Amino acid sequence: MSKMKQDQAGMTLIVKTITRLTVGLILLYGIYIVLHGHLTPGGGFPGGVIIALSFIHLMLAFGKETALKKLDQIRASLFESAGAIMFLSIASLGFVGGYFFLNFIGKGRPFNLFSAGTIPLCNIAICLKVGAGLFLIFVTLVVLSKMEER
Amino acid sequence: MIELHLLLLFMIVAAIIAVEVKDLISSVVAVGAVGLGLSLIFLILKAPDLAITQLVVEILCLIILIRATIKRDLPLIKSGRWHFNTFSTLLFIIIFLTLAYVSLKDLPAFGYPILRVAANYLKEGFIATGAANLVSSVVLDFRAYDTLGEATVLFTAVMGVLVVMRRIGRKHE
Repeated sequence: MSKMKQDQAGMTLIVKTITRLTVGLILLYGIYIVLHGHLTPGGGFPGGVIIALSFIHLMLAFGKETALKKLDQIRASLFESAGAIMFLSIASLGFVGGYFFLNFIGKGRPFNLFSAGTIPLCNIAICLKVGAGLFLIFVTLVVLSKMEER
Repeated sequence: MIELHLLLLFMIVAAIIAVEVKDLISSVVAVGAVGLGLSLIFLILKAPDLAITQLVVEILCLIILIRATIKRDLPLIKSGRWHFNTFSTLLFIIIFLTLAYVSLKDLPAFGYPILRVAANYLKEGFIATGAANLVSSVVLDFRAYDTLGEATVLFTAVMGVLVVMRRIGRKHE
């Protein structure tokens, strides 16, 4: 009975099948945009929003149980706080060489993936913050307000 | 330049439709059309970073708005629309356009900024930071304080939503 109930949650079979194919690609594209933020257009903010959108896609197609099993609210708020602390600590570590937000890691060779010092690390921190934060806003605004109506 | 003006006209028409239409879903779709036009304008002006950000944030806002407004009848207030409101709105629009015409004549021409800082970033950004994408070198190195402020704003927004919508506080009403 519970399996049938889970099958009925979310949208139709067509949407579910397409979602199963595309949601991983969307997540991978978000990670690509974040990691290559210092080389190609993009960066932490759009990449984080794309990652949040992949989880929202999962929730819209399969219902909220499946999506919250992958990333529940407690873990999402943990990720958001971790992103904020990571960004601030990268900024504070600049005091090692002199001032706040100093680019203290070596620059590396330009156009390589590992280059530009702290910029890729800052991108990852902002991606964690934005992705988890926007997913939390969606879950809170949509799921909890729907629950209130019933 | 002509495609820019066409897109601006499209955005203005979509915004007017979004305000005037009676159906909530149609209004949300019209707002989405405004955002899509803005993203295309960023793409034409050769700012792909902004175009990507605008597009994905627009999609997220549309999803949240549609899921929040669907199956919910928000009351439309019609009786309170006086002629005085229309008259004062028109008056303020005319005053604003006149003042804007006077003051905007002194702006520098399109594409010729008068600030020297931006030229300095363009010249030295690649050597100073080693990042191939100049936008990210500005956002996360030269102007990292602004990014810290933006992150703080987002953090506060998430906390505010969680506090307002939490279930424990609602039960005691």
